[in-house]
Amino acid sequence: MPTGKLSDVIVIGAGMVGAACAYYAAGAGLRVTVIDRGSVAGGTTGAGEGNLLVSDKEPGPELELARLSARLWTELSGALPARIEYEPKGGLIVAADEPGAAALRDFADRQRAAGVTAEEIPADRLHDLEPHLAPGLAGGVHYPQDAQVMPALATAHLLRAAGNRIRLRLGEEVTGLLTAPDGTLRGVRTTRGEVHAPYVVNAAGAWGGELARLAGVELPVRPRRGFVLVTEPLPRVVRHKVYAAGYMADVASGSATLQTSAVIEGTPAGPVLIGASREHAGFDRTLSPQALQRLAAGATALFPVLGTVRAMRTYTGFRPYLPDHLPAIGPDPRAPGLLHACGHEGAGIGLAPATGFVIARCLTGGEPPLDIGPFDPGRF
Amino acid sequence: MTDSASEPYDLAVVGAGPAGLAGAVAAAELGLGVVLLDASAHTGGQFYRQPAPQARAARPEALHHDWSAYAGLRRRLAESSVRHLPGHHVWSITHEAPAWSVHCLTGDDGSDEQPVRVRARAVLLATGAYERHLPFPGWTLPGVVSAGGAQAMLKSGLVLPGRRIVVAGSGPLLLAVASSLAAAGARVPALVEASGYLAYARHPRALAANPQKAAEALVHGAALLRHGVRLRSRSAVTAVHGTDRVEAVTVTRLDRTWRPVQGSGRRIACDALAVGHGLVPQIELATALGCATRTSADGTSALVLGPLQETSVRGLWAAGETGGVGGVRLALAEGELAGIAVAARLGAGRARGSRIVQLRRRRDRMRAFADAMAAAHTPGPGWRCWLADDTDVCRCEEVTAGRIREAVDDLGARDARTVKLLTRAGMGWCQGRMCGPAVACLAARDGAPEPPPERRPFAVPVPMSVLAQCADQPNTAP
Ligand SMILES: Cc1cc2nc3c(=O)[nH]c(=O)nc-3n(C[C@H](O)[C@H](O)[C@H](O)COP(=O)(O)OP(=O)(O)OC[C@H]3O[C@@H](n4cnc5c(N)ncnc54)[C@H](O)[C@@H]3O)c2cc1C
Ligand SMILES: Cc1cc2nc3c(=O)[nH]c(=O)nc-3n(C[C@H](O)[C@H](O)[C@H](O)COP(=O)(O)OP(=O)(O)OC[C@H]3O[C@@H](n4cnc5c(N)ncnc54)[C@H](O)[C@@H]3O)c2cc1C
Repeated sequence: MPTGKLSDVIVIGAGMVGAACAYYAAGAGLRVTVIDRGSVAGGTTGAGEGNLLVSDKEPGPELELARLSARLWTELSGALPARIEYEPKGGLIVAADEPGAAALRDFADRQRAAGVTAEEIPADRLHDLEPHLAPGLAGGVHYPQDAQVMPALATAHLLRAAGNRIRLRLGEEVTGLLTAPDGTLRGVRTTRGEVHAPYVVNAAGAWGGELARLAGVELPVRPRRGFVLVTEPLPRVVRHKVYAAGYMADVASGSATLQTSAVIEGTPAGPVLIGASREHAGFDRTLSPQALQRLAAGATALFPVLGTVRAMRTYTGFRPYLPDHLPAIGPDPRAPGLLHACGHEGAGIGLAPATGFVIARCLTGGEPPLDIGPFDPGRF
Repeated sequence: MTDSASEPYDLAVVGAGPAGLAGAVAAAELGLGVVLLDASAHTGGQFYRQPAPQARAARPEALHHDWSAYAGLRRRLAESSVRHLPGHHVWSITHEAPAWSVHCLTGDDGSDEQPVRVRARAVLLATGAYERHLPFPGWTLPGVVSAGGAQAMLKSGLVLPGRRIVVAGSGPLLLAVASSLAAAGARVPALVEASGYLAYARHPRALAANPQKAAEALVHGAALLRHGVRLRSRSAVTAVHGTDRVEAVTVTRLDRTWRPVQGSGRRIACDALAVGHGLVPQIELATALGCATRTSADGTSALVLGPLQETSVRGLWAAGETGGVGGVRLALAEGELAGIAVAARLGAGRARGSRIVQLRRRRDRMRAFADAMAAAHTPGPGWRCWLADDTDVCRCEEVTAGRIREAVDDLGARDARTVKLLTRAGMGWCQGRMCGPAVACLAARDGAPEPPPERRPFAVPVPMSVLAQCADQPNTAP
């Protein structure tokens, strides 16, 4: 029994990625229904940070996606209300010693070759950019293309900006996919009935693997836990996104054990955010004193002034992780009508616009803006 | 960080109110090594407050019934081996087998440099409760104080928030607050209660089984009559008047759902307003460790406790308001029961079978009564109609009811957590202790609100330098 008017596409998940898919699909003229079992931004999107980074990405397919996204974020910042707190503030990566600085310079050289703007900052100029940085650092690289957004507000306003082309169904869980006798997709079954459409986009984030299983296909998405520390509100102490060189190695690691290298950033509302740890611990929310201790130690080592500042709270979220650190974006060759847009791990806010743009092209039969082969959901 | 020498203790008790005191003393008398931690400089908790020395109160007990129970506990504490650590703010508890680590900040406001970690084989959480606030137009005007705050000021400093004080809100504490304000010399022109006291009549069994409670209410009732306090039930303060300070309030009748009845408002002149809507169990140390919670009859979250006061996490016990708001006598009984039960678990002391049976019976009776009271004072959904769009709901971050309604109606928030993300309500200094219940009600589109999850991994704000060293230490073996 259909409940509601016809849609061209159903997006499962009202997080940052689902919102971007819905926005660009609606922009391409499609009627979209977005279904989420909870609130808008109630999943990982509401439990992470809003770094839009090119600086931490190796040249390769993810960097290409990030560069396209950076351009789209600039566009979106003009189209959406200022309340999404988009700030093109730039990133600063610092190295503690000379070997670290050399590695950083080498990394930056390769990124520049791939089109990233990266400016070397010698040790004696670091404090012009960040007056409160610890003394004695060996140098750094400045990435003006790094930016920041408030993820929950960006998600909510993206969904609203498309007007009545997007219908939201919240508090409704998808429990199965509907197929016709010939195997073609007809829509989804939910806790409140059936919703019909010829295409379904899996934007269920860390739960994307479970959703794929409903369609009988395997997608090995796993949660990679992260903690973030939030300080009391401060005047502008930290100007850029600042992190130490070890961060990139942590991001690229597949290890299950705890990795922490603090990314430190101020927010327009005043608190400084320090994130984030990475570990595989299932969907376990129990506080990890080790993770918090290392975040705090990392942050105070870079910014000694933070030592007397109080941490107000901490929160935890689950990054949607795929084993090769690349998201699954595009049609699933094994299940006609099903598209995936999940598995963005620690970069889903940054990569959301490009992902949505690609999905909209796939839905309308257009040419994707970049080579989506590396993101093929059938690769596992 | 300092670790004290005698560690690990058998039992660390967090909170030295009635429940914690009773638990610490009972356990120590059975032979356990006990440490008793409290943020405050004194024992006694919310109820047994001591006047500051400069207030020179001749008889602090005049404002308390049951002072003798407290005096007895204090004497036993002094005679016991319990190590009392005042001025210790517990910000987190962690488990590193085989013992618990209780992480504390020290100093009056927790700002001393030297953090302290205490290790113990069992922990008793007796952290009490904090007041529930429901916003209404004008509640941020100077002269509006919390009912509990007014009572606390009176007990510890013997000062009155005004000379002509309206007491309003809901719950049995209002009776106590109004009668002590009146006894201390204030004029209390009205006690405004949102529910109907008749609601108690629906629980005759619980009332009959608790004659002490009934007597208490009668005593307060008589005191109110003597002081000429008018009781107005099924009513609420829906507006506060005055430019710099309270000059008057509007009291409006409510229907069964707490929706104001149009045209029934009456102005009452006053220079202060004391408001409270009952108490919310303070359980974040427990929820951070994964303890199971239940929704109490009054819509707050309380810990799920076993027959001998253990939480769902083995080795972690709770007593008093943490298991649901129930008053001082219940707290005393539960504390003692928990103390005995911990001693039994750790193999200390003789079996105290008959005392356990007696305490359990007393506790069950008082819990039943507390649940009946809680049910009678649950905020009705209609209270949301008290709010104008420009009424501040979150005072710390200055978020209005209108902004919260927008987040729910237009932006897709369905619970307190996503409202907070989209508006910052509850992100400020008090971490939602003030606005949490109200935000949860506003976020609930239909039906009863989910109580906001009492998830505050840090029970108090923690300096980063303290966090940076918290997990460094090797485990001290028992
Ligand atoms: C601590 C931390 C810090 C981070 N920092 C950054 C950062 O700085 N920059 C960055 O770009 N990224 C960051 N990330 C990663 C980023 O948050 C995620 O990649 C991104 O939020 C994923 O968005 P999503 O829309 O795919 O998933 P989600 O936001 O989790 O959305 C998925 C939605 O699907 C819904 N859902 C699932 N199953 C069903 C079902 N069966 N039926 C209905 N609904 C369902 C869920 O309720 C959920 O709302 C961070 C993550 C963490 C944990
Ligand atoms: C205004 C008012 C009037 C009342 N009147 C009555 C009455 O007439 N009759 C009646 O039966 N009951 C009354 N009560 C209720 C009574 O006060 C409580 O039932 C009783 O105090 C509960 O005892 P407790 O031990 O559970 O908690 P509390 O007395 O609240 O003690 C908790 C203790 O824990 C400490 N603590 C909390 N968190 C931490 C932390 N993180 N670190 C360190 N220490 C911490 C606090 O400092 C406090 O000392 C009243 C309460 C109030 C507020």
